[in-house]
Amino acid sequence: MAKVKGRGMAAVNYPTGMNLGGDPTIALIHASTSGVFNISISSVELGQGLKTVLAQIGAEALGVPLETVVLHNDDTDTGPYCTGTFASRTTHRAGNAIIAAADEAREVMFEEAAELLEATPADLMTDGAGNILVRGAAGRSITVAEVCSAAHFVHGRAIAGRGIFFKPKSPVDPDTGAMDPDSTEAHACTIAEIEVDTETGNVRVLRLSSAYEVGRALNPRLVHGQIVGGAWMGVSHTLYETTAPYYPLVEHAPTSFSEYLMPGPAECPVIEAEVLGIASSNGPYGQKGVGEMTANSPIPAIVNALYDAIGVRFYELPVTPEMVLRALEEKASAAELPVPEVVH
Amino acid sequence: MSDATVRVPQGNGPVGASVEQADARSHVTGHTIYVDDVQLPRLAHMVLARSPFPHALIRRIDLSEAEKVPGFIRALTAADVPKNIYTILGLIGFGLDEERALADERVRYIGEPIVAVIAETRAGAAEAAKLVRIDYEELPAVFDVEEALAPGAPAVTEWGINAFDFDGRPFRQVRFGDVDAAMASADHIVEGRYQMSPIEHAPVETTGCVARPEPDGRFTVWTNTQALNMSLDLTAHILQIPTRRLRFIGGTVGGGFGGKVDGMVEPLATLGAWKTGRPVKYVYSREEEMVVSSTRNGVRIYMTDGVTNDGVIVARRVRSYIDCGAYSRHTPYAVQKHAANLAGPYFIPNASFDIYCVYTNRQPSSAMRGFGVTEASFAMEVQMDRIAELTGLDPWTVRFRNAYHDGDLRPHRKPVEDATLIEAMQAAARLVGYELSPELLAMSSKPREV
Repeated sequence: MAKVKGRGMAAVNYPTGMNLGGDPTIALIHASTSGVFNISISSVELGQGLKTVLAQIGAEALGVPLETVVLHNDDTDTGPYCTGTFASRTTHRAGNAIIAAADEAREVMFEEAAELLEATPADLMTDGAGNILVRGAAGRSITVAEVCSAAHFVHGRAIAGRGIFFKPKSPVDPDTGAMDPDSTEAHACTIAEIEVDTETGNVRVLRLSSAYEVGRALNPRLVHGQIVGGAWMGVSHTLYETTAPYYPLVEHAPTSFSEYLMPGPAECPVIEAEVLGIASSNGPYGQKGVGEMTANSPIPAIVNALYDAIGVRFYELPVTPEMVLRALEEKASAAELPVPEVVH
Repeated sequence: MSDATVRVPQGNGPVGASVEQADARSHVTGHTIYVDDVQLPRLAHMVLARSPFPHALIRRIDLSEAEKVPGFIRALTAADVPKNIYTILGLIGFGLDEERALADERVRYIGEPIVAVIAETRAGAAEAAKLVRIDYEELPAVFDVEEALAPGAPAVTEWGINAFDFDGRPFRQVRFGDVDAAMASADHIVEGRYQMSPIEHAPVETTGCVARPEPDGRFTVWTNTQALNMSLDLTAHILQIPTRRLRFIGGTVGGGFGGKVDGMVEPLATLGAWKTGRPVKYVYSREEEMVVSSTRNGVRIYMTDGVTNDGVIVARRVRSYIDCGAYSRHTPYAVQKHAANLAGPYFIPNASFDIYCVYTNRQPSSAMRGFGVTEASFAMEVQMDRIAELTGLDPWTVRFRNAYHDGDLRPHRKPVEDATLIEAMQAAARLVGYELSPELLAMSSKPREV
C-alpha cells in the first residue's frame, strides 16, 4: 500500500450568455448636482463582485473617478429590467448596457462642459480624475462636479443616459439543431496533480494549474477569485459531493453539512492560474464570462490524473474513496485470477 | 444595441484594475443585511407541510390539530392559490404548465409542498406543519432516467411520456454532416457511458424571502433571488395580480450558483402576506435547502466517437439523459446548452446528438453553475484521454489536432469566433513546464488555410 501520484489534463470552452427567449438587461445613469453618477440596474450580485466590476465599467465609460459612481441594484421600483444573474451573462449584458447609458450621459455632460469652456464637445476629453479638458489647450479645464452643478442650476440639462443590451431570441431548428445561442466563448486548460492513498482510497488534489482565456480581465483580482472558487468546486464535485449517494435512488439523502461532505481548507490544493487577455469581439471592453466555467476543467483533469496514478478509468462522479478502493480491489483480483477456459 | 463594437479602455480609468470588491469587508465583518436579517413589526413565519413520499395521491388534508397550535394564524392549500399550476420557463413561452405552487391531487417527489402554515413564530409554524395530517395513497415511483422512458413506466407527467417535448420530439436533436459514413470510415470507435450525480448548490445563505403588505395594496418583497424581475413576474403570474403591485428588493445574495432562480418562495410568502395582512417570512432551513430545493441535474451521457489513427475525431454520436426530477424548471435550458456544447472546443465535422429532459420521482433539479456543459466537459475530456491512449498519442497532441479554429462550424452550425483554445493550452503547457512539440507550438486558433 502506498501513496501514488498522478497527473491529468483537460481543456474546455464555455459560452457567455444563453438565449432561449432573448435576455435584455437595461441600465439607467443619472448625475447628481455634485457630480455623483448613479447607475440603476436590477442585476443581482452573488458574491462574485458584479457591483464592483459594473461600477468600474461605468466609471471607465463615463470617464469619471470610480469613487464618484454609485451602483444601485436592489430595487425593482427604480431599477430597469434584467433577466437575471446566470449563464455567465451579467457582466457581459449589464456591462454593455452601462456603456451605452454612459455614452448618452457623457454626451450631455460634454454639451454642458463645451458651453462652459467655450469649446466644441468633440474637442473635449476626460482625465479620469474628475476633470474635463480641452484637447491641445493646456489649462482649459473644468471639473465634472462644476459641469454637473451648472447643468442643473444654470442651463437646465439632465445629465442622464439609458442603455440596453439585447440579443434577439435564437429559435432552434427542430431538425438540425441549428441555433445561435450565445455571444462568445471563453477557454481554459487545467493540469491536475493528485495523490492517491491506495490503502484508504483517499484522493488528494495537490495542485491545479490552469490557463484561462476569458477576454480582457476587467478586474484581475475578481477573475482570480472566480478561478479559485471554481477550482475548489471542481475538486468537490469530482471527489466529494452528491445529494444522492446511491443515485438514482433517493435513500440516504444528506440533510446537513455534517452529512454532505465538501473539501475544507486542509483539502484545498495549490491553485495557480494564468489569465490571457485576448479581447473578445462583443463583450464590454472585450470581456468574456468567467462565472460558471471555472469548475469544469478541474473535474476531468482530476479524473484523468486518477487514471495516470492507478490505471483505473472512472466514468461516474463523485469518485469516492469507496469507489477507488473497490476499483483497486477489482483490478488486483483480475490480475490474480487465471483467465477461464472457454470451450466452444 | 445588439452585440457591441468592442472598445479599448481609455488608459486613465479603472477597467483592468484589481479594485477591491465593494462589499467584501461588509460581508466578512458581518454587516451585510441578508434576507433572514430582515425584522419587521408583526412578522409572521411560514413553514411548509411536505410530502414524505416520492409519488402518491393526496386523499385528505386535516388541519384541525395544526390549528390548535398556539400562535397558528392560517394555512394555505392549493385552493388558495389563484394560478396554482405553472412552469417557470412559461414566462418566456417555453414548456407546459406542470408544477403546482401547492400540490393538489398528487405529489411527485419527497418534499413537495402541500400546505403552507403561517404562525407567530417559526417554531410554532414548524410545529403546526408537523401536525397537518395528510392521507396518501402511494403510487409506484420511478427514479432512473432510462427506466422512466421505458414502456409501462409510472407516469410522472400528465402527457403520456416522461420527457419534455422539443418541437414534437421527446428529445432535442442536433444533426450535422453524415455520422454513419464517417463512423464507417473511422479507424477506431471509442464508446463511453458517463454519469454525473445530483449536487447541491450549498449557498451559505439559504433561499428565502420576506413579503410585506403595504397600505396602498402593494407588496414589498425582500428576496435573495438571483433574478429579481423573473421572480417578480412569476409571483404576479401565480397570484394573478398586476406587476405594479409588487416591489422586489434584493440584489445582494449570499451565494447562488443557480440555486435561486426557481422562484419557489416568493409566490407563497406574498400570498401569505395577502391572505393574513401580515408580513410573512419564508426561509428554507438547511435541510430544505439540501432535500427540497433544486439540485444540479443527474446526467447520463452515452458518447461514441469515430477516430482516425492520427487522433482526429471524424464523428460523434451522443445520447444524453438529463434528469430533471419531478418538474422541468430550468432543465430544458440545460438541454439547449448541452446541445450546443457536445463538441466542446473541438471541430467535429459529423455529429448526431439526442438529448432528453427526463422526468422522474426525484427531487427536482434545475440550474446550477455550468449545467448542461459541466457534464458534457467531463465526458468529452475523459473521452479525449481515451482517444490519446488508443492512438498512442499524448493527450496534448490529440487536443491540439482537434481544436476548433475561427470560422469552423460547430455541430449546431454556428461559426466559431473568439477561438482561443490553442493559445490557452500553449499557456497551460508553459505554466507547468511541459515542452510542446514544434508542431503544437506553431499552431494558432486563426482560421484554417483553405
